[in-house]
Amino acid sequence: MSRIAALLAAIGRPVLAALAALGRVSIFAGRALGHMLRPPFYLREIAGALLNVGYFSLPVVGLTAFFTGGALALQIYSGGARFNAEAVVPQIVAIGMVRELGPVLVGLMIAARVTSSIAAEIATMKVTEQIDALVTLSTHPMKYLTAPRVFAGLVMVPVLVGIGDVIGIMGGHVVGTRSLGFNPATYLHNTVNFIEARDIVSSLVKGAAFGFIATLMGCYYGMNTGRGAAGVGRATKGAVEAAAVLILAANFLLTSIFFSI
Amino acid sequence: MIELRDVHKAFGPKRVLRGIDLTIAQGTSMVVIGGSGTGKSVLLKCILGLITPDSGAITLDGQDVARVERDAFLARFGMLFQGGALFDSLPVWQNVAFRLLRGSLKRPRAEAREIAIEKLRRVGLTADVADLYPAELSGGMQKRVGLARAIAAEAEIIFFDEPTAGLDPIMSGVINDLIREIVTEIGATAMTITHDMTSVRAIADNVAMLHDGVIQWTGPVADLDDSGDPYLDQFIHGRAEGPIEAVR
Repeated sequence: MSRIAALLAAIGRPVLAALAALGRVSIFAGRALGHMLRPPFYLREIAGALLNVGYFSLPVVGLTAFFTGGALALQIYSGGARFNAEAVVPQIVAIGMVRELGPVLVGLMIAARVTSSIAAEIATMKVTEQIDALVTLSTHPMKYLTAPRVFAGLVMVPVLVGIGDVIGIMGGHVVGTRSLGFNPATYLHNTVNFIEARDIVSSLVKGAAFGFIATLMGCYYGMNTGRGAAGVGRATKGAVEAAAVLILAANFLLTSIFFSI
Repeated sequence: MIELRDVHKAFGPKRVLRGIDLTIAQGTSMVVIGGSGTGKSVLLKCILGLITPDSGAITLDGQDVARVERDAFLARFGMLFQGGALFDSLPVWQNVAFRLLRGSLKRPRAEAREIAIEKLRRVGLTADVADLYPAELSGGMQKRVGLARAIAAEAEIIFFDEPTAGLDPIMSGVINDLIREIVTEIGATAMTITHDMTSVRAIADNVAMLHDGVIQWTGPVADLDDSGDPYLDQFIHGRAEGPIEAVR
């Protein structure tokens, strides 16, 4: 009997811990959204976050999308040759980039670049008492630090995904027309004709969801860091891991919602 | 007046505060001394509401600090943190004028900058420091900027957490003198926590010693050397032998 109880306890403990963590993150997300919608709004902080999440992520997003689009074109061409389907390169590059690779790769790049920097910055602020200082200066840390960053994630990551989709398709276009012998005008025509509104909407919705997850995880882990440099390191690592896993899980969920019907 | 009655706070099994009773009269400077890890910072953060006590009452001018309107309550306070806690991403003048750039005390940007520069001058820093970032300053300069920030919005109550920690004796003396001058000049109520006995004698009107979660001794700074309290005597003379265990 005691062995059964011990087994149940061994299963129950991590389940309860996971549920408690989910609850804490949900409450944190609710508070972040609440502060985002209620004044005062710190416009300078919001502008800074928009620049950091959006504008300064453009190079890494652009390069990632370009090379992925080019590699995708090569793969589809060589794979399609096995059953004489080389001509579908423009369509598959377009659908692959817009529906999946664009949002997911941008989301993961944002998790690597933005989530880590948010978590490290806020965690450092926490261990050096800057968060306490904000409170004593009558400024709510959620409103000053979290709300602008999460807002920037929600707004800018869909924009980055849109740009990433276009650059990825252009990467495929460059490879397709320069190396694989496609006619440039025909390539573009096939791409544009093949993409549906649903593909674009799903891409942008995924971008918003991934931006929300990436920035929220950075803020959550930063605000809940342990002590010292080791605490900051653990917070940063935890934030990136959680953001990456949640982005991929959310991608599966959203793909099911958009394309299973 | 700040009053603490039977304040308790534990972190898991560790009972840090075990029934604190302390009164800080308006316009006086109270210094809380005690060994490392005795809960001095926890005590201070409980008053500010940064940590919620498990039980007991903390009142400011007779009002329970847990029930007052937070913004109005915090607007009465200024605080100098142990490490300065300056915001790395903002230049010095924006750190000093932080409260004046947002919220209920918001002023035009140019006016806030003027006030910040004036406060920097008050703590012995020149205007050319205003546009530097905290990382470009020495430890002593960072403490001064923190002090300027604490007084920028004309706080009625100022808390100083280890104001001379990590500073050389000369800079410690400068900071102590500044704190004493400013507290006297603006008539603020001050509460300082420190282990630096030179600071205690320079800053305090009254002293309280925190040991084992309670106020072991409290009285005017003039009585410090004749308290007859063995715990206080051991602490102020830095003896390894006595009722306080050297290894805790």
